[in-house]
Amino acid sequence: MLYRLEPRGERSLFWAYGSPVLAILLTILTMMLIFAALGAPPVKGVETFLIAPVSTLSGLSSLLVRAAPLVMIGAGLALCYRANVWNIGGDGQFIMGALAGGGAALALPNAAFWWAYPLVAALGILGGMGWAGLVAWLRLKFNANEILTSLMLVYIAQLILVWLVTGPWRDPAGFGFPQSAMFGPGVTTPSFGGTTIHLGCVLAPLLALALWQVLGRSVLGFQLRVIGQAPRAARFAGFSNARLTWFALLMSGGLAGLAGFFEVTGPIGQLTATITPGYGFTAVIVAFLGRLHPVGVIFAGLLLALSYLGGDAAQINLNLPNAVTGIFQGVLLFYLLGADVLILHRLRRARPAPEAAA
Amino acid sequence: MDAELDKPGPDAPLLELRGIVKQFPGCLANDHVDLTIRKGEIHALLGENGAGKSTLVKIIYGVMKPDAGRILWNGQPAVIASPAQARALGIGMVFQHFSLFEALTVAENVALGLNSARQREGLERRIAEISARYGLPLAPERTVHDLSVGERQRIEIVRCLLQNPKLLIMDEPTSVLTPQEAQKLFVTLRRLRAEGCSILYISHKLEEVRALCETATIMRLGRVVAQCAPAEKSARELAELMIAAKLKEPDHNAKPAPAGPPRLVVNRLTIRSSQPFGTDLKDISFSVAGGEIFGIAGIAGNGQSELMDALSGETPAGSPANILLDGAPVGLERPAARRRRGGCFLPEERNGHGAVGPMTLAENGFLSAHVRGALQRFGLINARRTREFAARVIHAFDVRATGPQAEARSLSGGNLQKFLVGREVLQKPGVLVISQPTWGVDAGAAAAIYEALARLAATGTAIVLISQDLDEILLLCDRIAVIAAGRLSPAMPVQEASLETIGLLMGGAPEAQQDAAHALPA
Repeated sequence: MLYRLEPRGERSLFWAYGSPVLAILLTILTMMLIFAALGAPPVKGVETFLIAPVSTLSGLSSLLVRAAPLVMIGAGLALCYRANVWNIGGDGQFIMGALAGGGAALALPNAAFWWAYPLVAALGILGGMGWAGLVAWLRLKFNANEILTSLMLVYIAQLILVWLVTGPWRDPAGFGFPQSAMFGPGVTTPSFGGTTIHLGCVLAPLLALALWQVLGRSVLGFQLRVIGQAPRAARFAGFSNARLTWFALLMSGGLAGLAGFFEVTGPIGQLTATITPGYGFTAVIVAFLGRLHPVGVIFAGLLLALSYLGGDAAQINLNLPNAVTGIFQGVLLFYLLGADVLILHRLRRARPAPEAAA
Repeated sequence: MDAELDKPGPDAPLLELRGIVKQFPGCLANDHVDLTIRKGEIHALLGENGAGKSTLVKIIYGVMKPDAGRILWNGQPAVIASPAQARALGIGMVFQHFSLFEALTVAENVALGLNSARQREGLERRIAEISARYGLPLAPERTVHDLSVGERQRIEIVRCLLQNPKLLIMDEPTSVLTPQEAQKLFVTLRRLRAEGCSILYISHKLEEVRALCETATIMRLGRVVAQCAPAEKSARELAELMIAAKLKEPDHNAKPAPAGPPRLVVNRLTIRSSQPFGTDLKDISFSVAGGEIFGIAGIAGNGQSELMDALSGETPAGSPANILLDGAPVGLERPAARRRRGGCFLPEERNGHGAVGPMTLAENGFLSAHVRGALQRFGLINARRTREFAARVIHAFDVRATGPQAEARSLSGGNLQKFLVGREVLQKPGVLVISQPTWGVDAGAAAAIYEALARLAATGTAIVLISQDLDEILLLCDRIAVIAAGRLSPAMPVQEASLETIGLLMGGAPEAQQDAAHALPA
């Protein structure tokens, strides 16, 4: 039986929200097949992957810790993508934020919290902004495609990070491990109630909500939405493409930089060669799964954070390779993009051969 | 004559369309269209943009399927479900926009269009043969990148001729050619006709059609309005048929010409189009006084959208002095700055240009009125004022919508256009430039828009009305000029503008330029 896609002629509101749900269901089914193929019981696999990690209090708190960078970067990316600026270099901006903040933190081992912490945080934001600003400059000055430049800047950032933690910033007392010294207490992100939940976990959803207000209520947010939905109408209204490109990239870069700052001054406590498991790339999935809406991004960030915990759990309890996390994320994005076709198209049974014109 | 058409066999016409209907959402593109093309004739399909020519041609070439109607090929019922099937029948088409690979040679490009290896045998020799026979000089080994537009068109024609077509469809072939290249093309087409090939020639250039074609089918608003021998008609008669069945003479009862200093001056405006097939603006000058409505007539694609973009500030002019708004040189200013000075603009395209479909009416009001309507404060949208502004437009222009929160795309074309015109008019502009304000709009909405424009002019606003609708221009305007191929004719008072002169100017006939010059008061 053959089916074909037929344009609906308008966006389906049902599928705009139904598509992520369908994609998640299909992803779970596919993961069961993959678990079965790897010799693990499918139902137990899903349970281990998606439910067990959050069935304890400490599991829940690590979920929030993992979700914080995803939500922060994802909200910024959602803003960019609304404006048709395809920044996929969140990981690089995250690393540069961590380096700028972490570098300052290393230089201030005994500084007082009240002035050193905000300073280090600001430098973290500026680090991410600078890295994203390069992308904006390259796009506007040389018309360089931001997908390529932002991606390639990720690799440069990674190499700078590795060079610094194996070279100039390596901890002399660290037995030669590629890592810096631990940060002093004055430049460490506070955490709450003996859990691992830190300031960034609280700030991430608040920032996402603030971004939602920026998009909905500010003139800049309005301009971003117009340029994304109808670039000619933006030109008609006289909105400056250059200004909006700068704004979108600096905003998302700054958020990624802030996320990097929280990560190294909070849960990690030092600079290492592996400060990100690809948060910046996972945040791309978070942004799309959250329908490019800052509030949706909060929920999507939690789900994708779960995939990291699930990968760890599957490795420990089921002897499965930790790569299942990447597979889960990839499969989810694949189904999401596929299911999104239904927003603008409907599935119809293909008619038999075209009949004679009447 | 009809009885003769029904007869299959050697005397039957080559192609007959009977009662072709094609419905698009909100628009009947072809309304029971009949078309008969005889063997060995050059048949013109005349009509303004949006008359349904392209849809009809796409149906003939198998790109679209008609909703109803019959197609007879050599008197036999035929189904043309795809371009491949059309080519198999012997129908070839030269599109207005070419599909050639710049980096490949002429021969390689032609080979790509052929289906089997057998057809490609001795291709270079056959290309040379055909180009010699039909006067289409082409060097098979040259790279397309280096060729002129005329030469590129020859590749497309040779590509069609290799298939020995019985019917060749040419879509606006001279729109991209120089006059000299066009003359050479006509020689080729006449030679093809002499060999028995029929040609369906789509154009709106009247002189060209009169010189070349035996028969013309004239379309308007999806219907065939006339069939005639163009050589026997004057350009004026053809223009009348194309524009409306009968044009009413303008009833301008000696309205005093608005005096006073000009509010908008365009001075030697020359802009190269940024679009590959766009029209360059060449040395355009005119001025509009307060209270005056200045009409710019012309057939679509002759530089209207480029002129609109230049006036609104979407495209900067060459120098500040090219455009004066109330005396201030604004040629390099952005749209928002021009709005601040009192300029308001509404482009032809509603969806995605003048309005954003998925956004609400309130947001669409904000889109252009945020400067003059003071709808923003401290970088935030003033939601209350924005809503009130939209509500005021909705009320004043009787827009049928559920309210300021209705999405723009949920409105009918006429209602959305009323909203957009109202949005600009309520900003109390000093200069309003508006393009095609009643395109695809129902008669009631059109009347409301006309009334609003006339009232706005009476308050001292200078209005530029760019339109393909001559009725509309003659009804509203004090002075008019015609844009053709990016050049603007001298302006003439509407009382002194004869339909013949306008029609000829629209078709780009050179002698009309002089007529228009004579019409100018000394």
